[in-house]
Formats: sequence, structure tokens, C-alpha cells
Amino acid sequence: MRKNKRNFLNNAVTYGMVIVAFLLCELAISGLIGGFKMSRSLKGQLVPICVYVVMAVSLNLTVGFSGELSLGHAGFMSVGAFSGVLISQWLGSAFPDIPSLARVIAALVSGGIFAGIAGILIGIPVLRLRGDYLAIVTLAFGEIIRNLINCMYFSLDGKSLHFGFNNPNLAGKLVINGPMGATGVNRLASFEVGFVLVLFTLFVVMNLVNSRSGRAIMAARDNRIAAEAMGINVTKYKMIAFVTSAVLAGMAGALYGLNFANTAAAKFKFDTSILVLVFVVLGGIGSIRGSIIAAALLTILPEVLREFGDYRMLVYAIVLIAVMIATNSPLLGNLFNRIRPHRMKPGKEAGKA
Amino acid sequence: MTQQQKKKFNADTRMVPVPSQAIVPERDINEQPVLVASHLGIEFGGLKAVDDFNMIIGKTEIAGLIGPNGAGKTTVFNLLTKVYQPTSGSVLVNGKDTAGMNTVQANKLGLARTFQNIRLFSNMTVEENVRIGLHNQVSYGLMTGIFRLPGYWKGEKKQHEMALDLLSLFDMQKMADVKAGSLPYGAQRRLEIVRALATHPSLLLLDEPAAGMNPHETEELMENIIKIRDQFQIAVLLIEHDMNLVMGICEGICVLNYGRVIAKGTAEEIQRNPVVIEAYLGKQSAEEEAQG
Ligand SMILES: Nc1ncnc2c1ncn2[C@@H]1O[C@H](COP(=O)(O)OP(=O)(O)O)[C@@H](O)[C@H]1O
Ligand SMILES: [Mg+2]
Repeated sequence: MRKNKRNFLNNAVTYGMVIVAFLLCELAISGLIGGFKMSRSLKGQLVPICVYVVMAVSLNLTVGFSGELSLGHAGFMSVGAFSGVLISQWLGSAFPDIPSLARVIAALVSGGIFAGIAGILIGIPVLRLRGDYLAIVTLAFGEIIRNLINCMYFSLDGKSLHFGFNNPNLAGKLVINGPMGATGVNRLASFEVGFVLVLFTLFVVMNLVNSRSGRAIMAARDNRIAAEAMGINVTKYKMIAFVTSAVLAGMAGALYGLNFANTAAAKFKFDTSILVLVFVVLGGIGSIRGSIIAAALLTILPEVLREFGDYRMLVYAIVLIAVMIATNSPLLGNLFNRIRPHRMKPGKEAGKA
Repeated sequence: MTQQQKKKFNADTRMVPVPSQAIVPERDINEQPVLVASHLGIEFGGLKAVDDFNMIIGKTEIAGLIGPNGAGKTTVFNLLTKVYQPTSGSVLVNGKDTAGMNTVQANKLGLARTFQNIRLFSNMTVEENVRIGLHNQVSYGLMTGIFRLPGYWKGEKKQHEMALDLLSLFDMQKMADVKAGSLPYGAQRRLEIVRALATHPSLLLLDEPAAGMNPHETEELMENIIKIRDQFQIAVLLIEHDMNLVMGICEGICVLNYGRVIAKGTAEEIQRNPVVIEAYLGKQSAEEEAQG
């Protein structure tokens, strides 16, 4: 029971951190913090920060808590982005009076559903196997989705939606335009929606982890044979973790799609999957708070480093390496461990099934 | 049980010669065996690790499985719990054939086990380990857990109470919040037993439960195994090298060597059996030769 109290406190700190950060950003936007004015480029990063925080926390569910390596998280983001954009644009076209918040919610929900379906389709054959097959299959999935979307054309003509495979000659206005991706999207995403999505993600992931199903997920990770001997259906719980993670990534993708007028499928390349994985690893495998901090800092870092001009990416790489060395040094490691949730101390073991 | 099935459990395969049905009716192995393994066998690349293994265990019997290292004892456990699928033979648990089942289904049928090389969830607390054992006993759904519906609070409370109750068997309630991996060796073995008991088994399989325990702890363990049997009314099959423990509490003993059963009977019968003595002494003199 003491453990429960510790979890409660831990979760409260995480929620608190996110809420305080949100309020500080809101104050900065409205210029209420004396002497500090948020730059335009930094303001433009607020929604992406929320998106990547959700991506990192959801990937941590698969990598950290379920102990399965996924290299195609951006694939789910992609599915969510394009299905979300499609729904939002269709609603806007079919029902011009519909409030934009309803369109955003519909986009998030459908992005989550479609990404979840993709997760189920991948998980069913792969998660029953022992070994690192998931890494290979998710890697392939990310690439397949990107290539598929490059061939897809959707257009809107009032209430009707037209689809063409490799055929852009459709009636009405193109919404998804093959390699160009989503075009002419109404930019409905806002920092506030992003903040709510982050809170929702934290709520789902932290409550899942601290429940019967979450314990089963971690038992399956720590010792598959023992978990099965205790009557835990390992495949089922790996599936639950993986699909939940896919749904949340799909919702993040939908928000991302609604944040830009144009989004190409190339945006969700392998690089993006790796970037999110870097957030998770740097923040500490199995540490939710670490994922949030790493995702937020590393998303704004390139913007902050703009003054370095051409050397921007070089400095970015140096910072990454420095953080990696810092998190792996025993001295700082101890310090980080103290900040991290108690259970996650031997983070390195988490990867082993 | 049909007449025909009854005939199959002949004197050759039964573990314990039941003294009198009137004295211990619930242990009448002919009426309610918890486990019936017949002609069980498995090959690993041509090597017959277990061959033609037969065993019947009564409802509240404490049985022992002994034999030299590498004899195939752990493999028998792995066959019973479906970690390995047998290449031949069958296993009935509470009268149900386990053919084609997996480990999870075998557990749900009533088989729970511990491991020779301890397999605790070492990053989790002692209580969480027991709660994993209670997974199918106190259950609530995924959404109930995520959205913290009333079922979540009820289930968590029940799991907590039951876990502490089970831990109190070994006087381990105070360690409930300790990380399982940081427990001393003996306590880890006891925790594995509690965790297995939490799955509500009808047959508890213990793989070398006294390994690494001091004589005092072993003494306590013997008492506790009997206590568990009486309190939970379950059968126990244990693999053990500590002969005091085996001879002290096992009502029936089965001796394996090179994957085959070489002897069966009560403690006295086994101790007097020349084949058994040879299997053990033969090994001992071989060891002496190696040293000298
Ligand atoms: N998965 C496996 N693959 C190949 N050989 C195995 C496997 N499991 C057990 N064996 C072999 O089966 C024999 C019996 O092993 P085991 O059951 O562990 O013996 P013990 O009686 O000491 O518990 C050993 O020779 C071992 O090498
Ligand atoms: Mg063994």
C-alpha cells in the first residue's frame, strides 16, 4: 500500500510538471512574463512538442513497459495523420456549420482507431513469436505505409469522398495528393488541444501501468516463462500494450496533420521513428517523466540552436552525445535514478524479455 | 470415473500405496487423482531426456521426485506445465487431458510451479509478485483499470488483502513493499511458493525448494509444505536433493535416472532399494574417482 502512495505521488508530480509547463507557456504567449516574449518560431513548436511528447510516452509503453522494440512508431503517426485529416476535411466540407472543435475531436478519434487497427493487424501475427521480430516488422510497416500513401489520392466534392489509387484525376478538391500528402488542410490544431491530448495520454498510460493489466504487461517483460506459469496470457498483454501505444501515436499523428496546411508522407520516415526512440532512450526506458522531458527539450532544441546557423545540427549532435554520456555516467546516473520512478531503476534490464 | 479408466491406474503407476481408504478417503488416488501422467516422454535431438514416465498423484498427496543431476526431473515439470510439448504420452489434470494445451491453460487447470533457477519478477515488489499470481483469481477489465471504475478499486483492495493473507503463510507481510530481487535467497524461494499458491492450484510443483536454504530454514519449509497441503487441501510434487526433507514429508517417492523411472514407493522402500542405492552410490564413487 505504501507503494500505491508512492505511485500516486509520482503521477501527481508528472501531471503537475506538465500543467505548470503549459501555464508558463500560456503566460509567455500572452506576454505576461516580464521581459520574455516567445518568438514566433518557438510558438510554432508548441503543438509539435505536444505531439512528440505523446509519441514518446506511447512508445515507452511498448519499449519500456512491454519490452518490445518498435522501429515503426512514425508509421502509426502517419496512419493517424492522414485518416484524421481526411475526416476533419470531410466534416468541414459536408457540414460547413460544424464547430471546429468537433472536427478536431473526430480527427483524433479516427486517427486513434485507424492506427489501432494497424496495430492489431501487425501485432496478431508478430507478438505471438518470441524474439525481436517486432522490430523488423514495424520497420517494414513504417516504410510500407509511407509508400502506400504516396500512391493514394482522396478528393472531396461536397459530401462525397473520392478515392484513387495512383490516379489523381478525381472530381472535386484533392485532400490527399499522393506524394504531396495532405494539402490545403484547415489548421485546426491548437496548443490547448495538444495539452489535453498529453494529459489524456498520461492518464491512459499511467493508469494502465498501475493496474492489473499493467502488472501483467511488466511480468511478461520481466520473465515470460514465469508469467505464463502464473496463468498470464503473454501474447494478449503484449498486444494490449502495443495497440494502446499505436492508438495514442495515431492520435498524436492526427493532431500533427491538423497543425500544418500541407503534410507529406515523407514526414513520417524511419528517421522520425528513430527520433522518437531516441527521446525514449534518453529520457530513460520505462520513465514516463523522462520521455516527456526528453521529447520536449529535443523538439525545441533545433529552434533554440538557430543562432548557430550552419552549425546547428552539429551542436544538436554534440548535445545528444553529451546527454547520452551524462545519463550513462554512474554519478549522474544515480542522480537521475533518484528522480525516476522507483521501480524503473534497472532500466537496462527492461529491454530483455 | 469409468471402470475402464480405473483399471488403467494399476499398482504399477500409482505413487502411494494407500493404507486404508477409510482412514484417508480424500487421498484415494483411484477416485480423484489430481494428476495422471502416462507414458510421458520427450526427446531433445535424439536424446531421450524423459522416457515412459508414469505417475499418479492423489488429491492431497505430498510426492517426491528425486534423482541425480541431469536425470530429467526439471524436464518432467516442464512437460507437465507444457513449457515443452511431450513427444509421447499424456497428462490428465483433475481428469482433463492437457493435450494441445499451453502453459497458461495448464495453470488454469490447476498446475502451479516454482523454478529451480528462481524466476521472480525481480523489479517488482513482493506484493506485486503475489498479485501476478492472483491475476486470474481477482480480475477486472482493461478499461476498468484505465478509467479507474469502481471495479478497479474493489479489485485492487481484494488483491491487496489476499496477497497479504498469502504472504502471512511465511510471515512475509512486512516485506510486502520490498523489491523481490533484493530479498535473501531463502525468502525468494518462499515468495515463489506464495506466488504459485496465489494461482489457486490443485497441484503445487516445487523444483528444489530447499536449495540454498540453511538447515533451520529447511526445517521450517518442511512444516510449511505440510501446512500448505492441509490448509489448501492440495497435492504437492517436489523435486529435492535434501534427503531429510524428501524422506521426512513425502508419502510417495519416484526416482529418476537418465530420464527413466528406476524406482517408486514409500521412503523406506526407496531407501532399501538396491537399484536406487546403486544409482546414487555409483555416482558418488565416480565422483571420488574424479577427485582422486
Ligand atoms: N531444452 C533442452 N534442450 C536440450 N536438452 C535439454 C533441454 N532441457 C533439458 N535437456 C537435457 O535433459 C536432461 C535432463 O535435464 P533436467 O531435467 O534439467 O535434469 P534435472 O534432473 O537435473 O532437473 C539433461 O541432459 C539436459 O541437458
Ligand atoms: Mg533440475
